[in-house]
Amino acid sequence: MSQPSKSLLKKLTLAALFGFAFGFLLQKGGVAKYNVLIGVLLLEDFTVAKIMVSAIVVGMLGVALMHAKGMVKLHLQPTRFAAQSLGGLVFGIGFALLAYCPGTGAAALGQGNWDALFGFIGLMIGSFVFAEFSAPLGQTLQKWGEIKSYTLPVMFRAPRSLVVVGSAIVLIGLLFGLEYFFAR
Amino acid sequence: MVGAGIGILSWLTFYFSDKPIGASSFYASVAGLVGKAIAPRHTASLKYYHENPPKLDWSIVFVLAIIIGAFVAAYTGGEITDEWLPSMWVARFGDSIWLRALAAIAGGALMGFGARLAGGCTSGHGISGTLQLNVASWLAVICMFVGGIGTAMLLYRF
Repeated sequence: MSQPSKSLLKKLTLAALFGFAFGFLLQKGGVAKYNVLIGVLLLEDFTVAKIMVSAIVVGMLGVALMHAKGMVKLHLQPTRFAAQSLGGLVFGIGFALLAYCPGTGAAALGQGNWDALFGFIGLMIGSFVFAEFSAPLGQTLQKWGEIKSYTLPVMFRAPRSLVVVGSAIVLIGLLFGLEYFFAR
Repeated sequence: MVGAGIGILSWLTFYFSDKPIGASSFYASVAGLVGKAIAPRHTASLKYYHENPPKLDWSIVFVLAIIIGAFVAAYTGGEITDEWLPSMWVARFGDSIWLRALAAIAGGALMGFGARLAGGCTSGHGISGTLQLNVASWLAVICMFVGGIGTAMLLYRF
């Protein structure tokens, strides 16, 4: 790190480019809209699900290939059964109340949905409250059912490539299912 | 298709930035910066901020750029909404800005807390974690949708 400021600048420039592209795609995909986001939770509009599933399939295949060639490192959060199920549920309740999630909320704000600003305030409050209790939570709830690097291939005791291909088939099937049964 | 585009974007962030796409840590970082400005010693003493010192980093720039990217997309597509209240909300809960503010702040707070507890949001777990076949992320995203669907049904269907 002879020039830390230059490498930081490069890193942040990339962050800006990728963030811009992500926001652009989210808006064009329609998932910055309140009705579309609530629509998926009411099981009426599957735009969000289709975008997520196709992003997962495409992302999974590319990242798995690059990982196999040693081009990228994986970033696996440790599995924590209690924290992820409870945190997920609490997140979901909040999701229905606000309708914008942390990423699509930023896109909603850019689009002119000013109520997303209230969501920003709430998200900051909630994050700080977590930080306030992060020491005791880290000793208790987040320790329960903790397994490091617990992936589907590990769970199914199957080769990674097989699980990648299998997941891709299942997810593509799900996409066609959504398209076929819930065509509006 | 937009989903495929996001998938390809995740290749790029992994390859060029060694980062998965994620949004929720932005809010924790900004909250930490505010905390540092108001109560620096207290904020620094918290375990989360000890491990994740709040500073201008990847996630802050990434999410600010999402806002700009979405603005450009909406502007070029003639889709700028410029509204405080979504029509679907008004049809169900009326046009009080205070009620919407209350629900949105409470919802945001629950999401912020839940995302930190679970270690990610609908981007970090829902897309980036699941595409790495992480059990943690599949569990988290399923629970997010269970909680979200249940609550949305209560809000809009009863």
